Amino acid sequence: MEDSTSPKQEKENQEKLGEARRSWEGKTAASPQYSEPESSEPLEAKQGPETGRQSRSSRPWSPQSRARTPLGGPAGPETSSPAPLSRREPSSTPSPPAPARQDLAAPPQSHRTTSVIPEAGTPYPDPLEQSSDKRESVPLHTSQSERNTFQQSQQPKPHPCGPRDVSYNNAKQKELRFDVFQEADSNSDCDLQLPAPGGSEGAPSMLETAIQNAKAYLLKTSSKSGFNLYDHLSNMLTKILNERPENAVDIFENISQDVKMAHFSKKFDALHNENEMLPTYEIAEKQKALFLQGHLEGVDQELEDEIAENALPNVMESAFYFEQAGVGLGTDETYRIFLALKQLTDTHPIQRCRFWGKILGLEMNYIVAEVEFREGEDEEEVEEEDVAEERDNGESEADEDEEDELPKSFYKAPQAIPKEESRTGANKYVYFVCNEPGRPWVKLPPVIPAQIVIARKIKKFFTGRLDAPVISYPPFPGNESNYLRAQIARISAGTHVSPLGFYQFGEEEGEEEEEVEGGQNSFEENPDFEGIQVIDLVESLSNWVHHVQHILSQGRCNWFNSIQKNEEEEEEGEEEDEEKEEPDYIEQEVGPPLLTPISEDLEIQNIPPWTTRLSSNLIPQYAIAVLQSNLWPGAYAFSNGKKFENFYIGWGHKYSPDNYTPPVPPPVYQEYPSGPEITEMDDPSVEEEQAFRAAQEAVLLAAENEESEEDEDEEDDYD
Amino acid sequence: MDADSLLLSLELASGSGQGLSPDRRASLLTSLMLVKRDYRYDRVLFWGRILGLVADYYIAQGLSEDQLAQRKTLYSLNCTEWSLLPPATEEMVAQSSVVKGRFMGDPSYEYEHTELQKVNEGDKVFEEEIVVQIKEETRLVSVIDQIDKAVAIIPRGALFKTPFGPTHVNRTFEGLSLSEAKKLSSYFHFREPVELKNKTLLEKADLDPSLDFMDSLEHDIPKDEETGAQRVKPKDTVSVKVLELHSSGMNWIVK
Repeated sequence: MEDSTSPKQEKENQEKLGEARRSWEGKTAASPQYSEPESSEPLEAKQGPETGRQSRSSRPWSPQSRARTPLGGPAGPETSSPAPLSRREPSSTPSPPAPARQDLAAPPQSHRTTSVIPEAGTPYPDPLEQSSDKRESVPLHTSQSERNTFQQSQQPKPHPCGPRDVSYNNAKQKELRFDVFQEADSNSDCDLQLPAPGGSEGAPSMLETAIQNAKAYLLKTSSKSGFNLYDHLSNMLTKILNERPENAVDIFENISQDVKMAHFSKKFDALHNENEMLPTYEIAEKQKALFLQGHLEGVDQELEDEIAENALPNVMESAFYFEQAGVGLGTDETYRIFLALKQLTDTHPIQRCRFWGKILGLEMNYIVAEVEFREGEDEEEVEEEDVAEERDNGESEADEDEEDELPKSFYKAPQAIPKEESRTGANKYVYFVCNEPGRPWVKLPPVIPAQIVIARKIKKFFTGRLDAPVISYPPFPGNESNYLRAQIARISAGTHVSPLGFYQFGEEEGEEEEEVEGGQNSFEENPDFEGIQVIDLVESLSNWVHHVQHILSQGRCNWFNSIQKNEEEEEEGEEEDEEKEEPDYIEQEVGPPLLTPISEDLEIQNIPPWTTRLSSNLIPQYAIAVLQSNLWPGAYAFSNGKKFENFYIGWGHKYSPDNYTPPVPPPVYQEYPSGPEITEMDDPSVEEEQAFRAAQEAVLLAAENEESEEDEDEEDDYD
Repeated sequence: MDADSLLLSLELASGSGQGLSPDRRASLLTSLMLVKRDYRYDRVLFWGRILGLVADYYIAQGLSEDQLAQRKTLYSLNCTEWSLLPPATEEMVAQSSVVKGRFMGDPSYEYEHTELQKVNEGDKVFEEEIVVQIKEETRLVSVIDQIDKAVAIIPRGALFKTPFGPTHVNRTFEGLSLSEAKKLSSYFHFREPVELKNKTLLEKADLDPSLDFMDSLEHDIPKDEETGAQRVKPKDTVSVKVLELHSSGMNWIVK
């Protein structure tokens, strides 16, 4: 029977496959072949029921009608036909036909899945219930039934349901599979087989009822989660067929999980979906403003103006060079920063502006711009209340309202060192910061020496909010904006360098015998600078100089002698102190003068303070020299001989090989003069008091005795 | 970063300022491909760069099929020639913990560390100064190992464990939503779990054994809001929702 019908069946099969393939998209129930896939599927996973289920689902559609028809009949030969094909070629060349079959098999699968489900395949209620693997329900049994018949034809009955994962490479394996499924579905087989060869009339109705029962079972809602298997399976299969992942059978469980999870997220909401204001949208809005040019009234005029006085630095060019060195923000971000700087220069009267760098923070970052205002256009600076001063005043003044005068403490706070004037020393430049390009720029307040002194002792991360308090020991006078400014000042003073000769001192103004605060803090660009060879820049550190004044330990760049009276602030020098208030003599601090080469920088624990590199070893002729600071990790400088630029990107902390430990609080200060009036003494104990009283009485007695004696004497006299 | 998506990841990670110069990037791409072929790794990740005084180390790691297995670490000074590093042992870590300061940049450099050791000579016990030499390579290995153990993280759901044992990349992982991504609990330490066994049974009941088989970041100390061990920071870029997790030098980008 088989042989005769097989070639015919084969042709039929092939045709139908072709048809199925063409129409599979529509998922119409054409008559796809129930063909070789049985054998092709097994090539893949053979993990047992689950995969069987999968392969089953991917099995091509087997016409329901055919399933319903007496299985012994047409289905049998039909199913048997592909199988023999596969059987015949198990060991020889499975591959060529297999892939072909697989391909062909693939399209029809879709049909099968979609149509199988609604039509609940073969009806076999009993086997269904008894089947250990419930998932396989419908399709399992349809194919099982087919397989059964197939098996039937192949081998004497009764044979268990066919191998779902037939490996036609290994016949033995097949048999094993048979066994497995034999155990699993022995009952079903019996049932399957019994009616199959039976009459054609009894089968449909039984099939139908079985189908309905199966479907009803599948639709049963789970008491725990409210799902039912039917829907879940159909969702899963839809998802798989839509997405077509590779090796779907391997990730089957995950897909199942995902489908279950997805069920929870999508809730039918009767309310209108409000457009979510994601933070990303907000920032996009703000950044869009950057890209707009802003209306220009006199377009030509403005353009010329803009081109003429270019306060804006060429950030992109510097970014390009830094990129060669491996430093920098991405191109997009740099460009946005560029635009933000342009916005800054447009809104403020700025003479010169430079992209100083980026300081990272815990919640948000800071983008820092170094700015020099035009002459005379300084914005008014609000007098900052010196917190330290206030506190000192409070302490030093004694409270004299009380009746008993409290002892006066002779603690005198050290006089607060005044901050430097703007445009000089540490306050030479004004700094603007913003969190992201597009957000408004905020001006940082000028720095006070006390802040620098304390900033040197603490190490805190920046949060990204300028008004955040800085809680530390020693207590920092100010909030995060002050701390940020102090760190910026320290970093600039420590790491801003330029090639030797790029800057030169201005015309000498008189003598420089005194290291006056004027000092040499003015420099200008050297018009005759001819550039230094990149190799030289890399090899020797003496070719680079600091062009920012060093900050003394006092916190200023220019020495301030706090002992002097106010009128004499201007005059500096080695004046001895002759005031009587402060008998101490404070030595003037001297820092390295401006434009000292960085080869003079101090090392930290035998680590050189700077590292120089060539940007590229492969193409040295176009390489640039890159300087990396080891003292302030994150500070870089580059130069290609003629141009140079400094940049900082980092957390804003100095390098220290050891972990940070806060300084120890100072010993308790001897504030008050000690003397008997304020020294504590114990109250006399009872014995002491009594003794004291006794002594006193004795004295009194003695005194009385004397008196009485005198009286007596007097009395005697009278006598 | 996966060698395949190196360029994109580099671009995204640029917010912290550390990037690679074009020649390094180009050489990385080519050499990582070759490494993958030669060592027959399943995936090759560019781990990062350790700055040294003289030169920088570029580190890459190779993974086999099982994602949680021990990773092989390779280093290179010029992004073209890679050398395999020995796996880290406890002894190495202990030894290099005494070395402080920057890396030199020369793998054969030896740190000298003087230790006081008690030497018994007969009845006398006196201390002798012994100079211990620690190779920079050892230090490199232990530092990488420590960093990985401390801060290598992976989002929840990206890996899953099969009952057979090996851990696989979850191909149905589509990423985390923005709200999920901000929470520390959606990330795990990418290493063998240390704390899982200590969880109470109640807690364990909530976990899904195929997904939750690593330590969550949630319970990392310090838990303080201000000084969280891991910080999740949304980076406002327009096109892609990107989060950066900083942990003093190690950034993780989650899209």
